[in-house]
Amino acid sequence: MLNKEDEVLLEIKGLYKKFDDMTVLDDVHLSVNKGEVVVILGPSGCGKSTLLRCLNGLEKIQGGEIKYRNKSLVDQDVNWQDIRQHIGMVFQNYELFSHMTVIENILLGPVKVQKRDKHEVMEQANQLLDRVGLLDRKDSYPRQLSGGQKQRIAIVRALCMNPEIMLFDEVTASLDPEMVREVLDVILSLAKQGMTMLIVTHELSFARAVADKIVFIDKGKICEISDPDEFFIHPKTERAQHFLNKFQY
Amino acid sequence: MQNLGISVFLKGRNLIRLFEGLIVTARIAFIAIIIGSLFGIILGVIWTSKSKWIRSICRVYLELFRIIPILVWLFIMYFGVTTVLNIDLSGELVSIIVFTLWGAAEMGDIVRGALESLPKHQIESGKAIGLSFWGLYRYILIPQAVRRMLPGAINLATRMVKTTSLVVLIGVIDVIKVGQQIIETSRIEVPTASFWVYGFLFVLYFVICYPLSILSRRLENKWNG
Amino acid sequence: MKLNWQFIIDSLPLYWEAAWTTLKLGFWGILFSLMIGFICSIVLYFKVNVLKTVVNIYIELSRNTPILIQLFFLYFGLTKVGIALSETTCAIIGLSFLGGSYMAEAFRSGLEAVGKTQLESGLSIGLSKSQLVRYVVLPQAFSVSVPSIGANCIFLLKETSIVGAIAVVDLMNVTKDLIGMYYQTLEALLMLVVIYLVMILPLSLVLTWLERKVRYAEFGN
Repeated sequence: MLNKEDEVLLEIKGLYKKFDDMTVLDDVHLSVNKGEVVVILGPSGCGKSTLLRCLNGLEKIQGGEIKYRNKSLVDQDVNWQDIRQHIGMVFQNYELFSHMTVIENILLGPVKVQKRDKHEVMEQANQLLDRVGLLDRKDSYPRQLSGGQKQRIAIVRALCMNPEIMLFDEVTASLDPEMVREVLDVILSLAKQGMTMLIVTHELSFARAVADKIVFIDKGKICEISDPDEFFIHPKTERAQHFLNKFQY
Repeated sequence: MQNLGISVFLKGRNLIRLFEGLIVTARIAFIAIIIGSLFGIILGVIWTSKSKWIRSICRVYLELFRIIPILVWLFIMYFGVTTVLNIDLSGELVSIIVFTLWGAAEMGDIVRGALESLPKHQIESGKAIGLSFWGLYRYILIPQAVRRMLPGAINLATRMVKTTSLVVLIGVIDVIKVGQQIIETSRIEVPTASFWVYGFLFVLYFVICYPLSILSRRLENKWNG
Repeated sequence: MKLNWQFIIDSLPLYWEAAWTTLKLGFWGILFSLMIGFICSIVLYFKVNVLKTVVNIYIELSRNTPILIQLFFLYFGLTKVGIALSETTCAIIGLSFLGGSYMAEAFRSGLEAVGKTQLESGLSIGLSKSQLVRYVVLPQAFSVSVPSIGANCIFLLKETSIVGAIAVVDLMNVTKDLIGMYYQTLEALLMLVVIYLVMILPLSLVLTWLERKVRYAEFGN
């Protein structure tokens, strides 16, 4: 939160996306610095997940510009396979490969795609698994794990590709309440280590704790971008206030 | 080229005889499908019984027809039963019997599957809003069971229609046999008759089975998709 | 109802040969069916432009016509327009033609069972399209397809009973000849049934076991 290098990793300008005839994202401007944690909030269907998916090429955009390290991601011939090794993503439904063990899941990308030495990756994987407390489960199959464990493994799998930016798309939304904390703790520790992240979530107190800036989106447009404390105590816009009120009883 | 292959259809009573053969085929298929389905539904309901004995007997019945090819069954009935019981059954009658038994077995499996796959909570919700036993069946169980059964049943009917082609091999004068007779008699005049006749039969079966396939698929997508 | 056991013993060699013929035809038929089916399913999965229409037409034609007619057409029909094939070749072509479409269906349902989100997950760790297919799609598709493929193999083996109609010396023809020549109807039929049971029952049991094993690996139950 203090002294972040002023290196702009990601720059989004005027992003426009539609599904068939429906505009999903309209005139989105956002820039993300190295080491920054950006939390994206907003009502359901406002386009926040879509925004994330545009950033790693799972959705195509119809207008605007996305630049990663000053390289445009909008051209026809962008090598997404290459970009995705720098921008990692974790999904709501963990999506581990059910026919592989935990360690096989983790090793697949680094070894087959990045062609790294298997032992070196193994060491990194073991370290990360240990950090999330799941080293003893590395030979288990996904179906033998709980939702929280699977999600933590999904995060490890993404981290082993050594990405520069991590995207988290509502990663705790499918979890039973007791397991949410273990996953959020992992993300918090990543933030402390300076990982650049864009997080879509509904967990508001988590958002407040982890974010460097809050981006509030409603109906496909960015309503406001604020400092976390400011946002939760005194949001700038009425729609944001209306949104926050929904979570108070 | 006086005697073009396709002219074989215009000679004499060929077309009429083909039609008569088709009626034989249709008769076998129709009777077997109708009676087989009826028996099958009854079998299916019995099959859902909790008794392991009853379920095993039903299972063995089905497996008999799944493991032994239908042609073999036709042979068994046509040659074997006539020998053992010393009676003379026509190929057509034998075919009807075999197909009905086969159809009933498969239909029973389909019906049983449909009944067993009905979610229990549907029944519980029905009871919770006060439906009687018959009410439950009429408004909830039967409509839902029918939806699950119909695609499979239509698929079975299609398979049965295709398999009726085998009856020619035990001497039944069906549409295929008539076709072969036509080929025989036209051998000198129209040497390419077999190409056209079998081609015709190919198209004929396709025209009957394809719509049924589409229907079955459409129903399946509509109701289970 | 006494059975003529001597007759049964004497005719064993004939049946044995016929059984081998049946198994050989079944083997080749299944092999080619698998190859054809696999190619067809890949074409459909990747929605290759012109080929996918061809494949769809092929599948509809072969699934909606009886194999007997397909065989007759191949054996009797094609000779008349200049293409002469031996009975065994016709039999294998016929079985492969029919089996290919069934296998295509089995493979296709396996491929489609792999959820879109699994694909996205694979893409997000940087897998290329071909790596995706090789490491994520095919292994999962395989376990979903196995029951159908097994059932199709059994189905094709049973359908070999029909090739006798085009003069292949198979079990059905041997039986018919013995009945016709020696009137030992019951003995001939008994052999026929026993041999089919011996060929197909074990396969059926293996298939059930395989299904259970595959389900355990995927779902753990």
